[in-house]
Amino acid sequence: MHGFGFDVAHMLAGGLVLVSLAMLYQDRLYSLLNTLALHAAVLALSVAWQADIQDAPHLYITAAIALGFKAVAVPMALRRMVFRLGIHREIESVVGVGFTMLAGIGLIALSLVVMLPATTHADPLAREDIALALSVVLIGLLMMVVRRNAVSQVAGFMSLENGIVLAAAGAQGMPLVVEISVAFSVLIAFIVIGIFLFRIRERFDTVDVQALDRFRGERR
Amino acid sequence: MSVAVPIILATPLVAAGVLAVLPGYRVSASVNMAATLIAFLAAASLLAWRPVTGRYLLVDDMNVVFIVLNTFVGFTASVFSASYISYELEQGRLSPGYLKFYHAMYQAMLFGMNLALLANNIGVMWVAVELATLATVMMVGIYRTSAAIEAAWKYFILGSVGIALALFGTILVYVAARPVIGEGSDSMVWTILITRAQAFDPSLLNVAFVFLLLGYGTKIGLAPLHAWLPDAHAEGPTPISAVLSGLLLNVALYALLRFKMLLAANPAALAPGPLMIALGLASLLFAAFMLYSRRDIKRLFAYSSIEHMGIVVFAFGMAGPIGNFAGLLQMTMHSLTKSAIFYSVGHVAQVKGSQRLADIGGLTTSHPVLGWGLVAGVAAIAGMPPSGVFMSEFLIVGSTFAREPWLAAAVALGLLVAFAALLMQLAKIAFGEVRGATGPVRASYLPMFAHLAIVLIAGIFLPGALVRWFQHVSEMLG
Repeated sequence: MHGFGFDVAHMLAGGLVLVSLAMLYQDRLYSLLNTLALHAAVLALSVAWQADIQDAPHLYITAAIALGFKAVAVPMALRRMVFRLGIHREIESVVGVGFTMLAGIGLIALSLVVMLPATTHADPLAREDIALALSVVLIGLLMMVVRRNAVSQVAGFMSLENGIVLAAAGAQGMPLVVEISVAFSVLIAFIVIGIFLFRIRERFDTVDVQALDRFRGERR
Repeated sequence: MSVAVPIILATPLVAAGVLAVLPGYRVSASVNMAATLIAFLAAASLLAWRPVTGRYLLVDDMNVVFIVLNTFVGFTASVFSASYISYELEQGRLSPGYLKFYHAMYQAMLFGMNLALLANNIGVMWVAVELATLATVMMVGIYRTSAAIEAAWKYFILGSVGIALALFGTILVYVAARPVIGEGSDSMVWTILITRAQAFDPSLLNVAFVFLLLGYGTKIGLAPLHAWLPDAHAEGPTPISAVLSGLLLNVALYALLRFKMLLAANPAALAPGPLMIALGLASLLFAAFMLYSRRDIKRLFAYSSIEHMGIVVFAFGMAGPIGNFAGLLQMTMHSLTKSAIFYSVGHVAQVKGSQRLADIGGLTTSHPVLGWGLVAGVAAIAGMPPSGVFMSEFLIVGSTFAREPWLAAAVALGLLVAFAALLMQLAKIAFGEVRGATGPVRASYLPMFAHLAIVLIAGIFLPGALVRWFQHVSEMLG
């Protein structure tokens, strides 16, 4: 299995981790959304490659969804939202870029340490893929934790979902039902988030989630 | 082949579609009640006639308990909701448009929960839990006040992260199963997984279970992943608080238990018990102390839900015939009692026009039926004999004491702290000088007292058939 196909799959999955790290230090919303689009495009490539080497044509659908929906449609919609809300200024980050990057690297190390020994009996392709996918998931979580802005939290959530799709694609022969549902859940998630963003806007004239903290029920 | 299962699933689905377009409050509330009643009757028929297990749907002794409880509380909550919502409409807190949305989402949520309980495919189960979560997110935010939006946002973000981790765990289970069972959907069918689980790679199963525990644990509301729970309970409509506490937490717990059974079937995999015990105990102790400083009545009972789910997870973590039995009983009693409390609290908050504890006092004087109902419910949930909760908590502490005395001491401490906190808060709400508005209340007491009666009867006398049934399920759980 350690042929060319494996190497390319490995490279693409690694590329996804790299883009995840790149997302961490984007301090402007537009560039963050561009990186998010790139993230989804790398995911689409990676899934399409999996479809090819696993001879699983249904994965092309997942790849197409990733490309069309996550790499084009959602970032465009979010851009429009950012523009309409007039928040295309800098993102305030809770902790500094340096620390965030270090934490990201630590998470990658953690996921390799956890997953590689646990998957010694799984086939090597799934093994590497899952380890890298876990890093993407964890970095997505980190992103959601360190960012306050609702739009960047959404971006973090989407990169997290991308990591999960990568894991699902790497698990050979995973039934189609699940993949469609993954894509579908992202769709729903986006609708819900979209509604929320507008509701938040309606109420507070800001999408800074911190502004919401003032309205905690306990502090009334 | 029984028609009960299709009815349980199709009724909420059809009802959701109908209710989304049906105008008029009275008609839609009745349709809502009728649909939940049909689903409950169909579920009750499963006790007698059991359909054949298919590749996608499964009915066994374990999930029948959950499904009957789920549809029953779904029905009583819809009865309560009818009177609750009519008041909200009069007050103008909900517009007729939102009411359609509310009813449709209510049924969508029930559909999601029923599907999650009946699914024989771990992928379908995950999708169903996700669906139920999204429906509740929409309902928590329905009042569109700033606090409601914050609660819904928090719930959504934390819930999504939890559900994402659960999906990752589900994928890992598939990866573990694939070399043994082969590619394709067979490796996600639970009944096939459980028969072959002893051959799975144990280390992969271990990692998968950690993700599943964290993922579904977020939905169960285990500390430290509970942050969404009090907000979501406090800011949404009260029928939803009742359903969240009474049902959705159970559904997530059910999903976790299914995976725990997989782990238990593999001798080389890590014992899930200690992890569950640790999380359960942490939730119990944390929530018990948090009960003291609550200022909002719905938050108070939300923390009590965290406490009780902690006890339940602890009991299932201790496992063994008595631990599982007590866990099942505790879960059932908690669902019934907590939803009864919320039925009462909903009307209390309406009549007082506030959820703040400082604005509520002397209920037994100003509104005797509502007040004494609340007193009975809180006494039951705090674990006073002769309620069913007392019996299950007694079993948990007793069986733990026989095996791990120190753990039993910790549980007993948590229970006592929570007991005192609840009684202290209750004394302020129910007795003493009357605080807040004293206007007449137009409530439907039937759901509340029906639940309380069941809890009381269960505490005094459990029918032999039910005991045998629970014992059998306890053996299944290992």
